[in-house]
Amino acid sequence: MENKLIVLLVIVLGAIAIAQLVRVYEISSKLRKNQEHEISNRDNNLNGRMMFGFMFLLFGFFIYLMSAYGWTGRGSAASDEGVEMDWLLNLNFVIIISVFFFTNFLLFFFTWRYVRKPGVPAFYYPHNNKLEMLWTVVPAIVLAVIIILGLQTWGHLTGESKPEAVKIELFSKQFDWTARYSGADNTLGLYDYKLTLDNNELALLTSNTIDSSLNNMLNGATGIHSLQKLLNNRDTVLSDSTVAVLRTDLSRKERLYRFLTQMKQNHNKKLDASAWDDIIQKDTLYLCKGQQYEIALRAKDVIHSAYFPHFRAQMNAVPGMATRMKFTPNKTTAEMREEKNDATFNYILMCNKICGGAHYKMKMVVVVLDKPAYNRWMAGKKSQTFKDQYFPVAAAPATPAPADTTAVTMN
Amino acid sequence: MASHDAHAHGHHEDHHHHEEHFVSKYIFSQDHKMIGKQFLMTAVFMGLVAMMLSILFRIQLAWPGESSDFLSFFLGEKWAPNGVLKEDMYLGLVTIHGTIMVFFLLTGGLSGTFSNILIPLQLGARDMASGFMNMLSYWLFALSSIIMLVSLFVESGPAMAGWTIYPPLSALPQAVSGSGLGMTLWLFSMAIFIASSLLGSLNYIVTIINLRTQGMTMTRMPLTIWAFFVTAILGVLSFPVLLSAALLLIMDRLMGTSFYLSDIIVGGEMLTNHGGSPILYQHLFWFLGHPEVYIVLLPALGLSSEIIATNARKPIFGYKAMIGSILAIGFLSFIVWGHHMFVTGMNPFLGSVFVFTTLLIAIPSAVKVFNYLTTLWKGSLVLTPAMLFAIGLVSTFITGGVTGIILADSALDIMMHDTYFVVAHFHIVMGMSAVFGMFGGVYHWFPKMFGRMMNTRLGYAHFWITIVGAYGVFFPMHFVGLAGAPRRYYDYSAYSEFDKGSFELMVDLNEVITVFAIIAALGQVLFLFNFFYSIFRGPAAPQNPWKSNTLEWTTPVERIHGNWHGALPVVHRWPYDYSKPGASEDFIPQTTPLEAGEEEH
Repeated sequence: MENKLIVLLVIVLGAIAIAQLVRVYEISSKLRKNQEHEISNRDNNLNGRMMFGFMFLLFGFFIYLMSAYGWTGRGSAASDEGVEMDWLLNLNFVIIISVFFFTNFLLFFFTWRYVRKPGVPAFYYPHNNKLEMLWTVVPAIVLAVIIILGLQTWGHLTGESKPEAVKIELFSKQFDWTARYSGADNTLGLYDYKLTLDNNELALLTSNTIDSSLNNMLNGATGIHSLQKLLNNRDTVLSDSTVAVLRTDLSRKERLYRFLTQMKQNHNKKLDASAWDDIIQKDTLYLCKGQQYEIALRAKDVIHSAYFPHFRAQMNAVPGMATRMKFTPNKTTAEMREEKNDATFNYILMCNKICGGAHYKMKMVVVVLDKPAYNRWMAGKKSQTFKDQYFPVAAAPATPAPADTTAVTMN
Repeated sequence: MASHDAHAHGHHEDHHHHEEHFVSKYIFSQDHKMIGKQFLMTAVFMGLVAMMLSILFRIQLAWPGESSDFLSFFLGEKWAPNGVLKEDMYLGLVTIHGTIMVFFLLTGGLSGTFSNILIPLQLGARDMASGFMNMLSYWLFALSSIIMLVSLFVESGPAMAGWTIYPPLSALPQAVSGSGLGMTLWLFSMAIFIASSLLGSLNYIVTIINLRTQGMTMTRMPLTIWAFFVTAILGVLSFPVLLSAALLLIMDRLMGTSFYLSDIIVGGEMLTNHGGSPILYQHLFWFLGHPEVYIVLLPALGLSSEIIATNARKPIFGYKAMIGSILAIGFLSFIVWGHHMFVTGMNPFLGSVFVFTTLLIAIPSAVKVFNYLTTLWKGSLVLTPAMLFAIGLVSTFITGGVTGIILADSALDIMMHDTYFVVAHFHIVMGMSAVFGMFGGVYHWFPKMFGRMMNTRLGYAHFWITIVGAYGVFFPMHFVGLAGAPRRYYDYSAYSEFDKGSFELMVDLNEVITVFAIIAALGQVLFLFNFFYSIFRGPAAPQNPWKSNTLEWTTPVERIHGNWHGALPVVHRWPYDYSKPGASEDFIPQTTPLEAGEEEH
């Protein structure tokens, strides 16, 4: 009801608006004696002045936005790499804001200053090679500076990380993140997406996980055997389309089974250890201040992008392709909270590549601790390696939570 | 010339001997002027649809989660239950808004309209090289527009993977509902659109090379034609690559190939695709995607060059340098696509190369800006609505261009990539500059298209609302982006959990942006009214309303098939002899022979 009323109102108002427009149109046409192509001096001067006035409005708007939001929104960089990037960004901003003011000023000033004046002809000035050379060479020099500085920083940001950098993997899927710490050996265990099972969500590669995947593919609830049984069962009648679907599914699983068999044959058992000591961490990513991190990225389904706005770090996670990045947090969460005067502030890892409906909710809280607090947290994780999770001890005390919360509150 | 004359003769007789049917005149027309107008009408309609879509999702961004009758009215219970937009549909709206604006309004609408109308008229040709191909080009464009619009109404929703439709999201219906039938329609629509664009572009190139009238050398062509020429070449070289990208995606979706898919588990299903690369798609897409930016922008720059020179009553400053920069921009646009992919995991060294080539584009762009400024300097400016839009274009080209320097710098792009800073940047360049060029073109050449004048006062009102509204929309977006807000987010509530300051900033600015967007959108009513009303009721246009030099103003006001009665005009000089010392008038049409002792520029 309310809806219809509003629609009705819009239609009525629209009709009135159009009627008014027609009147304005007719009256202004008459005033100009139908000479729409002759712009009167009055209109010309008025628009010239308005253009110049608009410039002040534009500049004022920019200065207001810059002072109100320009620096606060971004916050200071919280990583060594971010500090270098911010320096470069500020330098670039100085250059482009100067260009913005200078050229826009000339544009609007000329528009106002050189508006037609009766009796003053335009100055016939078709070209001047010196001037054109000037504004080819000057931008070229400025750009050369920008390019050289930019590529230097780019080299620092994308170069190899230090040997002592800690390796962490960020695993992404619709719509959450999982972190995997490389454990005591600082080596991430290998993985293969075909090993994904409920008790091995990150598809880590060990002799045991291969076996259970093979077993699941063969004997699982929708495994090869049960599909074959279903297709060969003479007591049930299946529609042609169902049979087609089942057959496709069966052949897909048989192919996967062959791949898994090959994997088992080629597998080197010595590699198991590097996977067993990995630590899988959900919800919150804990990092240590001053420690460089070498981050490996993985995606399970579609492209995601690991975006740490405060560390100024970003890299896509692409299915079927390994990507990496590195950064060194240089402020603990507590220090940043103090700086921002916000007791609830947290660092964040967000998804920044469109990945589906809940894309905007895909995030992970990041906590940066100082070295002692981080070590305490890590000590609590020592007994929660992938191996511990994969072979749960029947009587294991269910106390993973306290270690996490104490670490946060200790800040 | 003999063939020209015979051709002219033939047309002349046609004109006298039979009246054209409604169908052949208005629907399946092969006349370039009518086809241009068909492109314009279709593009205006598509642009309106895309603008409405943007208002719908802007409401969600400004007042997230609040019930809106406006949303439920347009989207119904399915996509906006209780007046709150669904997450999936938000992505659908964003995707179709972008697709329509970039391809249907700014490629089909801008280059399709003005290339068709102006190329033969400004070159002194009877029509395009192939009228039939030209007609086919329009009707394929119409068909692809219809398919794109239909995709908005399918049950599983329109394409939802963003206008760049990166796989695997666009390849897997399990990943998002829009990747079902909606995505299939999107791909077919675009495949047809590309065919249309290619037919058009080939026609433009052939016409410009072969059908210039006597005396119209390449260096006497107006800058509009140079811009259309380079645009058409860019289109011919880059659109086929997009077609191949789309075809491979169609095969991945429908035939089980693995061009873009590898090692994927989606919706609990383990796919066997292996060895493909989603990054391959991005390379193919942006090989078109970046030239596409200049396919959108060059025609706007060409139109504004002509409008600025005419209304400044001055020759365009540095004509040869302007041609040089169009060519340089055109060439460089092919070797910069990687700057869209700095954070995809591309080899950093390759990234460095793209940083270098991309920043080089700033040089010809700067040359163009300074040449415009010098053209205005000591001019005698007549501020018609078209001129205001052209000057507005220069302003937005600067404002949007300088932020490109930040984004082209890979080290800075890491933190800016896919944030609202990018959205602000390309909307100021494409949503303002290119659209201003289009508006300027419509106001300037309306008398040529319809034989009537548009209302100047309404034109002024339209310009002022548009520039204030559009700057009001896209300026604050930079600051939303600087605060780190990712684009394509349904809302920013996540920020309230970890950074209250940024959250408040985003809420505040998003409201400001939406209010300006609504104002700017309402301002377009003035344009629509002025446009359609003037077609029927506008005062009759004089022969040469803007006292311009180019050939289109020597054609009769009533639009005839074949453009000129009798022989084709002969060109004696360049198109920019405005306010030449010693001349009696402040303009000398291109058809005026050089006087004894007069030097060509």
